[in-house]
Amino acid sequence: MQQLDQIFVTLKAWVLGQVPEPLQVPASIVLSIVPITLVFPAMFALTTVAERKLLGRIQNRLGPNRVGPFGFLQWAADGLKTITKEDIVPRNADKVVHFLAPVVLLVSALLAYSVIPFGRNMSAIEIDAGILFFFAVGAGTELAVFMAGWSSRNKYALLGAMRAIAQMISYELPLLLAALTVVMATGSLNPNDMVAAQEGGRGWGAIVPNWFVFTPWGFVGCVLFLIAAAAESNRSPFDLPEAESEIIAGYFVEYSGMKFATFFLAEYLGLFVISSMCVVLFLGGWHAPFPFFWCDWIPSWAWFISKLACIVLLYIWMRGTLPRLRIDQLMNFAWKFMLPMALINLVVVAVWKYTRPWDYFGAELVRWLLCVGLLALPYLLLGRNLLRNRKWGPRTYRYAS
Amino acid sequence: MDAPFLIAAALTLLSAIAAISLRNLVHCALCLSLTFLGLAALYLQLGAQFVGLTQIVVNVGAVAIVIVFAILLTRSADQPDASRFNKGAIWVGLICAAVFATLVVSINTSYVSMKSGAPAPPLTVEKIGHELMGRYVLPLEAVALLLTAALIGAVIIAMKEPNGKGGAQ
Amino acid sequence: MNIPGKGILTGMAQTAKNFVGSYVSKERMTTVQYPEEREPAHEAARNFPFLVFDKDPEAGLRCVACKICEKECPPQCIYIVMQRDENGKPTKQPETFDIDVSVCMSCQICVEVCPFEAIKMDTDYEYGEFDRFGGLLLGKDRLAKSNEYFHKIHPTEASEVDARLDKERKAKETGDKAKAAKLAALAKKAENAEKIVEGAKAEK
Repeated sequence: MQQLDQIFVTLKAWVLGQVPEPLQVPASIVLSIVPITLVFPAMFALTTVAERKLLGRIQNRLGPNRVGPFGFLQWAADGLKTITKEDIVPRNADKVVHFLAPVVLLVSALLAYSVIPFGRNMSAIEIDAGILFFFAVGAGTELAVFMAGWSSRNKYALLGAMRAIAQMISYELPLLLAALTVVMATGSLNPNDMVAAQEGGRGWGAIVPNWFVFTPWGFVGCVLFLIAAAAESNRSPFDLPEAESEIIAGYFVEYSGMKFATFFLAEYLGLFVISSMCVVLFLGGWHAPFPFFWCDWIPSWAWFISKLACIVLLYIWMRGTLPRLRIDQLMNFAWKFMLPMALINLVVVAVWKYTRPWDYFGAELVRWLLCVGLLALPYLLLGRNLLRNRKWGPRTYRYAS
Repeated sequence: MDAPFLIAAALTLLSAIAAISLRNLVHCALCLSLTFLGLAALYLQLGAQFVGLTQIVVNVGAVAIVIVFAILLTRSADQPDASRFNKGAIWVGLICAAVFATLVVSINTSYVSMKSGAPAPPLTVEKIGHELMGRYVLPLEAVALLLTAALIGAVIIAMKEPNGKGGAQ
Repeated sequence: MNIPGKGILTGMAQTAKNFVGSYVSKERMTTVQYPEEREPAHEAARNFPFLVFDKDPEAGLRCVACKICEKECPPQCIYIVMQRDENGKPTKQPETFDIDVSVCMSCQICVEVCPFEAIKMDTDYEYGEFDRFGGLLLGKDRLAKSNEYFHKIHPTEASEVDARLDKERKAKETGDKAKAAKLAALAKKAENAEKIVEGAKAEK
């Protein structure tokens, strides 16, 4: 079991042993990069098919079922199609920026993978401020989106870019604050430390894993993180920046062929990496959920990938269910609900952390009730406020009229 | 003077020059964010992870975007300016030179450079946190108060509607 | 009590039900997987016109090349050339009858205006061709379809048409008899007149 768990680590060490001494550092770098650039695009390919099949089933359709067994080779057909399509650049476009935008987007999405621990001893780079690195490279996405939208010289592209940036900036705050709860709880910015802090279980027979999602603040943080992550990666119901029915495809409307595919790829890679971060922060990283012996037979990376797949499926499910938000609903939701909830959640983490030394009888129950109450009351109040029926008067435009 | 430093320094300098000399304002803003990235790379090279990464989060992720937005909302990016230099260039140059000289002198005579040779203690994130929450808690709170005031002010300016009609209800 | 977020969960449950249901119940899945399975065409279905013939596909065509449909066709996708015998007399048969189905808009006006019940709407929809100019220009040979085929695709309409045609034929037959009698009477009259004229001449 140990061998299977560490198979990639030992494989890498073995390959490194074969290369001569001066080449070991670059070889090590390449050996860390190549699996990431192979595994996740492959996962992207499979996800596109799975998403279409799932959405089809949700709408009582069949979904793609022609190419390959059950249509599971659809990705190859789509890939070939996009590669062979003509690459059209608008005459008035800013050629250099237009070309760079998908590259920047893809690079910043791929860079974020480097700090995720995909299994035991399996992260590409281990740095102290891993979480910070993750959010820092995420900043590149916003610039890339702006570059794409601005350089296309298309009003829909620019509108999409403006929407995207407004949305990303608004939702980055709750995202960061939700991640900050875990930083507060573990006292570290290193993803590996966070995974280590979620080892083991509690309760009778250690049946409830020590994942942060099974604490009041962790649950709320996880939900907030997932919602904000959907908004960050432009997933439905937050797909305003690329709303097909209003602004065609938003900021990448003027892209075709392989560049369009690159946008598509980068978007899904962004979704995977932010879901991976959610797994690391709240769902126990690569730890097995139960303390049973057979759980140890399944290697840690398999647990990680299956948790990741669950989150991606959840996103697909959400896409099949929820209609797109309006821009004012989006903003109200971010600033009047997500942000206050994230801030209150920070307070709750502090309460949770400082009530830990209590050890009289029933202290655990009091602690839980206190934290749940502290979260439930604001939730109800904020939710009520958000859902309150407003009277919409005739709108006057300050600049346009 | 190793290769990574040279690359990062060259990137910072070249993109900074591009940021002030390019005609298209949006290009300038993009080059400016590249400059921020180069600076962050320099910080990371010095082992200051927290500062370097925060530099990217704040300057590339927020400041550059705000600059770009300001350009887009206030003026057309197409019109080339009449001249690349304006009359105040000499004064600006003089002031810049003065600031640079002051910085060089103060760094060279500072406490840190006096005890060069002794390795600086590794500055971890945890340590920064303790310092901010302990020794520098008063300045931190002052800054927080200032920012809150600025935020409220911005909201009040944004909320102002002509005769209280229209706009977002 | 109105708990915020309840609606989202209800919606998610509904789509999950749809998802599971699509594997369990056959009625949910309305997809017909086209090339392998086809839905039987509805009787009211109609897309492109065809020419009806009785018995013989060439001589039995009901069309008499009157060109009314050609004139009425809004997109002008019908082209008719009248057939003439060696004396240049129309034989009441079309020499050419072309319909360009790439132009046809399935308006059915040709069917409405045809006085001879010769052109009707088809239900066939598989007109895919590799040659988009020649391939979609249907000639007389491809347009001509038997009355039995018409009965098969639009049974109600076909029976009505047949009944009407029968009635017309009968009416024509009785009309013919009346006409013959009338003609005979006329001829007699003419003969009489001739006689009278001749008699008058003789008198002179």
